[in-house]
Amino acid sequence: MSVGLEHYLVVSVLLFCLGLMGVIVRRNLLVMYMSLELMLNAANLALVAFSRFTDNLDGQVFVFFTITVAAAEVSVGLALIVALYRKHRTAHVEDLTTMKL
Amino acid sequence: MQDVLFYTLAFLTLVFGFLVIANPFSRNPVTSAMFLVLTIVSLAGLFVLLHAFFLAAVQVLVYAGAVMVLFLFVIMLLDLKAEERRKIKTFGVVGGLISVGAILAIFLSSLLHAPLGAAESPGLEGGTVSLGKLLFTRYLLPFEIVSVLLLVAVVGVVLLSKKDLR
Repeated sequence: MSVGLEHYLVVSVLLFCLGLMGVIVRRNLLVMYMSLELMLNAANLALVAFSRFTDNLDGQVFVFFTITVAAAEVSVGLALIVALYRKHRTAHVEDLTTMKL
Repeated sequence: MQDVLFYTLAFLTLVFGFLVIANPFSRNPVTSAMFLVLTIVSLAGLFVLLHAFFLAAVQVLVYAGAVMVLFLFVIMLLDLKAEERRKIKTFGVVGGLISVGAILAIFLSSLLHAPLGAAESPGLEGGTVSLGKLLFTRYLLPFEIVSVLLLVAVVGVVLLSKKDLR
């Protein structure tokens, strides 16, 4: 059986679930952020696969924009993490309980 | 040949992705970041298989190059030695497994019932010429807005990383 759209979508779904698992299980802020990147990449893979199999380049342009926005988002998010670390001296989510009653 | 390449790259992507979130040998964030680089590189291989050559290059240059260097820089800036000794809570793992399994079941069942009859089109090539033409004609306004977004991100990062944040 030759590789079709559904194969790529299954890989994308599994990668997305791995990223979600990382966000839920890991408690280190930076590793959680990396898992978010994993989920974003899974969505990119699905978009590129759809673009290839429906003969339409719009999906690839969308992935281009996604990568750009992700780069901006990573820089802002890491700056926020650094600012948070300066204030609380920790990057562990269970220690960041300022908003807890 | 293409099938063998697809299965190899997909297997590598999933294994490296798993090692990002749960490495049995090390809880060090640097190891996770390195495996994330490997995941991104094998994803770029999958993009090449899908004939998205420009995006494969961008993936390696921007993600594996710029974004991951930023990640490693912040990890080494923060010096997270004490984080490695923390225990992972069983409740969190069980709850995470249940919720992720439920979402996986929803995804896979919808994939099973979706009418995916599209055959692979031989003419489509995601090279720089075709992508650039589309980017500067139909997607010109989003392209310009993205440049403004990058400017906003630069200003925000400079403001956030000032010493006396009020």
